[in-house]
Amino acid sequence: MYDTSDIRKNLKVLLDGQPCVCVDFQFVKPGKGQAFTRTKFRNMISGNIIERTFKTGEKLDKADLEVRQMKYLYPEGDRYVFMDQESYDQIPLTADQLGDGRFYLVDEMPVEVLLWNDRPIGVTPPTFVELRVVETDPGFKGDTSTNTLKAAKMHTGCTVQVPLFVNEGDLLKIDTRTGEYVERVRK
Amino acid sequence: MIRGAVRLPIADLARTEPGLPVTVAGRVTSVVSNEWRIEDVTGAVLAHPERPEAASAIALGAWVFAEGTWTGTVLDEARLSEVHSPEAPFPRMSGEWVRLHRDGRRRLRMLSTRAAVLRSVRRFFDEREFLEVETPLAVPSPGLDLHLDAFSVGHAKTERWLITSPEYQMKRLLAGGLERIYQICRCFRRGEVGTHHQPEFTMLEWYRALEDSDALMRDTESLVAAAAMDVLGTTCLRTEGHAPLELGPPWERLRIDEAFERYAGVSMDSVLPDEDRFFLILTEQIEPQLGGTRPVFLTHWPASMASLARVLPGPPPRADRFEAYVRGVELCNGFGELVDATEQRRRLMADQQARQSKNMPVYPLDERFLSALEEGVPPSSGNALGIDRLVMLLSGATDIDDVVTFSDARL
Repeated sequence: MYDTSDIRKNLKVLLDGQPCVCVDFQFVKPGKGQAFTRTKFRNMISGNIIERTFKTGEKLDKADLEVRQMKYLYPEGDRYVFMDQESYDQIPLTADQLGDGRFYLVDEMPVEVLLWNDRPIGVTPPTFVELRVVETDPGFKGDTSTNTLKAAKMHTGCTVQVPLFVNEGDLLKIDTRTGEYVERVRK
Repeated sequence: MIRGAVRLPIADLARTEPGLPVTVAGRVTSVVSNEWRIEDVTGAVLAHPERPEAASAIALGAWVFAEGTWTGTVLDEARLSEVHSPEAPFPRMSGEWVRLHRDGRRRLRMLSTRAAVLRSVRRFFDEREFLEVETPLAVPSPGLDLHLDAFSVGHAKTERWLITSPEYQMKRLLAGGLERIYQICRCFRRGEVGTHHQPEFTMLEWYRALEDSDALMRDTESLVAAAAMDVLGTTCLRTEGHAPLELGPPWERLRIDEAFERYAGVSMDSVLPDEDRFFLILTEQIEPQLGGTRPVFLTHWPASMASLARVLPGPPPRADRFEAYVRGVELCNGFGELVDATEQRRRLMADQQARQSKNMPVYPLDERFLSALEEGVPPSSGNALGIDRLVMLLSGATDIDDVVTFSDARL
C-alpha cells in the first residue's frame, strides 16, 4: 500500500483494478483546511488519463507488475519489437505504451518489460543510455550570449539540452529518468 | 588573494574606450582553439590569449582574472591569473551554474524579481508608517490549527517549536501599544510540499490596531497593485495561457456561502457538517474559478473555521475572516482579530481536544499570548500573505521552486 505522501511521477498503482502510472500530481490545501493531492494517472492498458483527488493519508494499492528481461530488436511501423531473453518470444509494444521510453531504445539493448496478467504494457529502459547527436548548432565561436546550453537532436528522435562544446556525431550519456545529458562519451 | 587591478564588470566594457588596458574576472564558459569566453554576472566577453597555445591549457569552468586590451569587441592579448579550476567536468547538468544560467538565466531573473518584490513591500509599509518587527521563530506553542503540523526544535531546557505563523507574538506587541506593525519572516509547516507549498516559506504578516478587516483588504489590494507597478510597470498581468488579470483596486468581495452557490451550486451550510466535503468542494470546484480576471476576497467564513478571528454579528455564525484568491491560488488569509481572552482560551482548548482525538501532537497553550489578551489587545485586524506566491504571480512562475533559492527537494 502507498499513501498520498508516496505519490510522485511514475508511481504505479492500481486504480479501479487497473494498473495506472502517475503522470502529474499537485499538493493542494484550501483555506487553511484539509490537504489533498490532486493527481493525473495514465491507465497503462487503455492509455486514458484519469484525474482523481485524494485526501491526505488516503491509501493506494500497489500495481504488482511482472518484470521480464527482454532485448530491444527493431522498430516495425509504429511499433517496437522486443524479444524475451528466455523464451525467445517476440513482443511488439506501441509508442504510446513506451511513452518517453521509446527515445532511449538502442538496438540490442536489454530492457525491463512490464507485464500485467501476462500482457506487456510498458518498458523501463536502463538508467543511462548512450545516444548519438544527429543535429545541433555548431560551436559558439564569437558568441557573447550567456547561453550555457543548446538543443541537440539525438538519433532516437528526442531533443536534449547539452553543453556548447557538443558536436554532431558525438556520443552522449543520457539519464533516462530525467532525459538529461550526463556527459560526452569518448570513443 | 585577489589582485589589486581594478576589475571591470563585463557589461561595462561596452562603455569602455577601445585601446585601453582592462581587467575582467569571471568563469571561462567556453574554450575553443584560440578563444575563451569569460562570463560574470553582468555578461560575457570573448578573450584572445596572448599566446594562442594557452587557450586549450585552461580548464572549462575555471574562475579567472583576465588582463588585456579592450579592442571594442574582444579582450585581446589576454593573460590569465588567479586561475581556480573546478575539480568536476563543466558544466554539470545538476549543478548550480546550469541551474542559474539555463533558459537565458531565467532563475537569475526570478531571484531579481523576488528581491524587487521584497523591496516594494517594505517601502509600501514604511511609507504608511508601519513598524517592521521581528518576532522569534522558535516558540513554546506553534499554534493549534487542526490542519497545521509544526517542526519541533528539540528538547533543550524548554521545548520549542518553529512557528507556523508569527501571530501570537505579534498580537502581544499590539497589547503593548504598537498600532501598525509588519513582519516578513519564515514560517514552517511540516509535510506541505507542492507547486505552491514549501515546508519553509516566507510570510508577510501585518496588523492594524483599532481598524477593521476592511482596512486590511484595502491594504492588500494596494500592496499587490504597488508591487506589480514596481516590478512590472503595470497592474495588468498578461501571462501566457491566462486571461489578462487586473490587479488594481478594488478587488471583488464575495461571501463564501455565495461562492458555494455560484460556483458549486450547493448550499454551504448543508455541506458544513462534513468538513472534508466542504474542503473538497472548495478546492476542486470553487478555487479554480476564483480571481481569473480580477482578484477576489472570500469573506464571512464559517465561525468554526477561524480559531483566532472574531465572530460577526449573526446568525448564521460567521467569522470575520477573509482570503484573497488570484488565478485560483490563495494569496492571503486575514482576520478581524478575536480579542476576548476567555473565548480565545476556550477555543484553543477545544482545538487541543480536537488534535488529541485525531492523534495529532497537542501543543501547549501559549500562556503569554493569552495573558496579553487578558491585559487587553485592542480591537485589531491582521493579514498574512504568502510572499513566495506573490513573487510567483508577478514573475509568471508555475512552481514555488522557481522563486526560492533552494526548495526542500534541493537541500
